[in-house]
Amino acid sequence: MTASQTDNLKRPRMARSMAAILGERTIELIIRICGVSAIVFVFGIFLFVLREGAPLIGKLDWTKVLFSQEWYPTSKGNVRYGVGALIVGTLSVTGLAMLFAVPFGIGAAVFVSEFSTGKVKETLKIVIEMLAAIPSIVWGFIGLSVMNRLIQQYLPAPVGLNLLNGAILLALMSVPIIVSIGEDALKAVPDSYREAAMAMGATRWQTVYRVLFPAARNGLLAAALLGVGRAIGETMAVLMATGHAVNIPKSIFDPIRTLTATIAAELGETAVGSDHYRMLFLIGVLLFSITFVVNLLADLAVRGVRKQ
Amino acid sequence: MSASPFTVTPLVRRNMRRELVARIVLGAMVAAMVLPLLAIIAYLVAKGAPLISFKFLTTNPTHGMREGGIWSALLGTIYLVVIALAVSAPIGVLCAVYLNEYAKDNWLTRMINLAVVNLAGVPSIVHALFGLGAFVLFAGIGRSILAASLTLAIMTLPVIIASTKEALAAVPMSFREACWNVGASRWQTIWSIVLPNSLSGILTGVILQVSRTAGETAPIMFTGAVFFKKIQPGTLFAYSLTDQCMALSMHLYTVTTQVTNAPEPLPYAIALVLLGAVLAVNAASIVVRSLLRSRKKW
Amino acid sequence: MVNNQPKISVENLRLSYGHREVLHGLSFSVAPKEILGVIGPAQSGKTSLLRCLNRTIDFVSNAFVSGSITIDGEDVLRTSDVHTLRRKVGMVSPLPVGLPLSIYDNVAFAPRCGGIKNKDELDARVERCLRQAALWDEVKDRLHTLGTKLSGGQQQRLTIARALSHDPEILCLDEFSIAIDPVTTMRIEDVLKELKSHMTILLVTNLVQQARRLADRTMFLWNGEIVELDRTEAIFSNQPRDKRTYDYIHGLFG
Repeated sequence: MTASQTDNLKRPRMARSMAAILGERTIELIIRICGVSAIVFVFGIFLFVLREGAPLIGKLDWTKVLFSQEWYPTSKGNVRYGVGALIVGTLSVTGLAMLFAVPFGIGAAVFVSEFSTGKVKETLKIVIEMLAAIPSIVWGFIGLSVMNRLIQQYLPAPVGLNLLNGAILLALMSVPIIVSIGEDALKAVPDSYREAAMAMGATRWQTVYRVLFPAARNGLLAAALLGVGRAIGETMAVLMATGHAVNIPKSIFDPIRTLTATIAAELGETAVGSDHYRMLFLIGVLLFSITFVVNLLADLAVRGVRKQ
Repeated sequence: MSASPFTVTPLVRRNMRRELVARIVLGAMVAAMVLPLLAIIAYLVAKGAPLISFKFLTTNPTHGMREGGIWSALLGTIYLVVIALAVSAPIGVLCAVYLNEYAKDNWLTRMINLAVVNLAGVPSIVHALFGLGAFVLFAGIGRSILAASLTLAIMTLPVIIASTKEALAAVPMSFREACWNVGASRWQTIWSIVLPNSLSGILTGVILQVSRTAGETAPIMFTGAVFFKKIQPGTLFAYSLTDQCMALSMHLYTVTTQVTNAPEPLPYAIALVLLGAVLAVNAASIVVRSLLRSRKKW
Repeated sequence: MVNNQPKISVENLRLSYGHREVLHGLSFSVAPKEILGVIGPAQSGKTSLLRCLNRTIDFVSNAFVSGSITIDGEDVLRTSDVHTLRRKVGMVSPLPVGLPLSIYDNVAFAPRCGGIKNKDELDARVERCLRQAALWDEVKDRLHTLGTKLSGGQQQRLTIARALSHDPEILCLDEFSIAIDPVTTMRIEDVLKELKSHMTILLVTNLVQQARRLADRTMFLWNGEIVELDRTEAIFSNQPRDKRTYDYIHGLFG
């Protein structure tokens, strides 16, 4: 050991160069800035969208705007900005889509998480990822070209571009997110629960139904809510597939128009700074607020899961 | 008491029957998702594939977009995606590093996490409004590739943050502690141990965003994409940052809704190219993931 | 104790996680080149104590420390350069941690972080540390294979080699034998006996007999308090000053 002790004296003490330390400080500062950037962007989005729409807020009769169905933004004599029908349009297409997507999504999540293993499970997950990857414009095109014809041919509908068409597309688009979040929620339930249930002689389905559903309740709720959020915000598919008529639907075969589609269709034709232009930004604020609340609820539900 | 403890009672039989029914119903639900996917792909291939050729991909559209190829749209999409991710990937990764490696459990961290969740939920058309209001008008960039890419960048940011965070969290805590114990600073630990060992996950997340970004339409409609733009063929540098551009997604929208008398297979071919590109990128990310996972070091 | 200046001196050290206090005012000192054994049941605060010594307690977000720790007269809790401090205090964790790097890089990691870039210097250091940890002969032909692929016992010696790589003056071992077989344990104990000639060692152990074999003095920590700190022979005699010590050592509780 004497050898290594003399070694000890010859060895230089460790010290990092000033440049290295300074470099590290700089990168940590950048990391911190990037860290808070998410907050900046969320506020930025809200503020910039509000900023463009704000001058119009005082000029509108808001009960009329929110509840009237009369959306005539380009009328020569009597401009009316009633978004009631648009809200109903958004809600009806989202609601109908969820009627398909939630049971199918959660059912598929259960199948992937509890009834399949190994290769089957891996394959299904990949397929679901693929489904999630299909761009909304492609869905819209499918709605316009394929579903349109199918609906006209096989269902008693006068037009193929309608509420049902949009809802089916939205359902297919939001199912992947419901499946993946739902599967996470089921995966989060400890295996000991499953084993305990099986040990008492429960079948797989009984385990799912009586043990996993109650235990993963919040996560599944979050999955459904995120699906809703996705559906409300969807633009191109509903723009192309729902028929684009300002209308309160009386049946699922009626054409409708959503908040998102209205912005997408009309923003290009408005002059910057005009009332119509500002109104579209205000619709944006409304959309932002709706999805904000939905996502907040989903987040709370997920957090409920973690606390358990 | 029955003679054998393993006799099948009516109750057990009923349970087994229910189990079978549940399995079939759930399987059918999965099939209801998988089959449309396959049907869509098959249909697009059948309708669009005959039109697709190397020439189709590399020539510009002509005759009011009714003839020619899709080169300008394809190149525009590449520009948008590359620039958007060049902006959002570093910011997103560093934000995730902050959240996973630096952030203490306090109100600021909770705010950031909440912001990320909500940013992910902002509708794409609202991103478009933001891009128009902030980049095009307020910052004075004008409708351009740059403005559209920045809009896309912010849209992809939360997903990159989320996937990176997950990848970072998969690196065991004990590695970090071992590094701290020998006097490595936080950043040295992150740079030499945490990042190299979460790279596969981070890359997968970023690659997945390539496919999402390529397919987006709404955010670029009012910030930089145009129906038609003539560009110089045969060069990859035909667009500049301040140019407006065509994009595949926008081109599909234009051809299906604005162009009258377009040849029938044309939109199918465009959709097929877009879908093919997106799915190919997706498949690539899956390959990267499994490749790097098999080389796992612990 | 030859030198009357203690290497480590701890005064009234208190540590709490949130509102739960886990160390209730510890005071003790460690002489240079001494092996201090620390025994005590689980949850008695042994690991927390070590984390205070090298300030990795900073990474626990709700931890609050008060009191004072001085190493060579320097205030540990208020030092501005924690990295130099941590290089002075080598730490070996209970479970072996091979970093996902090559064996060579595992040992060269700390010197590199400390700013040493010279290849020869690194080579020499890696060899010396691996020899000191009694691992050199087993791995000298495959220094560039992954450290994580070694066996548990080898990984633990790799961990020790890594802890030695930054020339610590104090070596803290936290229940190092928990995940390795008795033969390897004995080899490492021999290593420690040799290291003792030029460093101060804090040996936290779940095996009371290990403390008896190695330690000059032994501290019995229980529920965040020092029950007794005395020469090892005294602790393991039939009449330690506190009856609880006797009971613990003889397996009557804990």
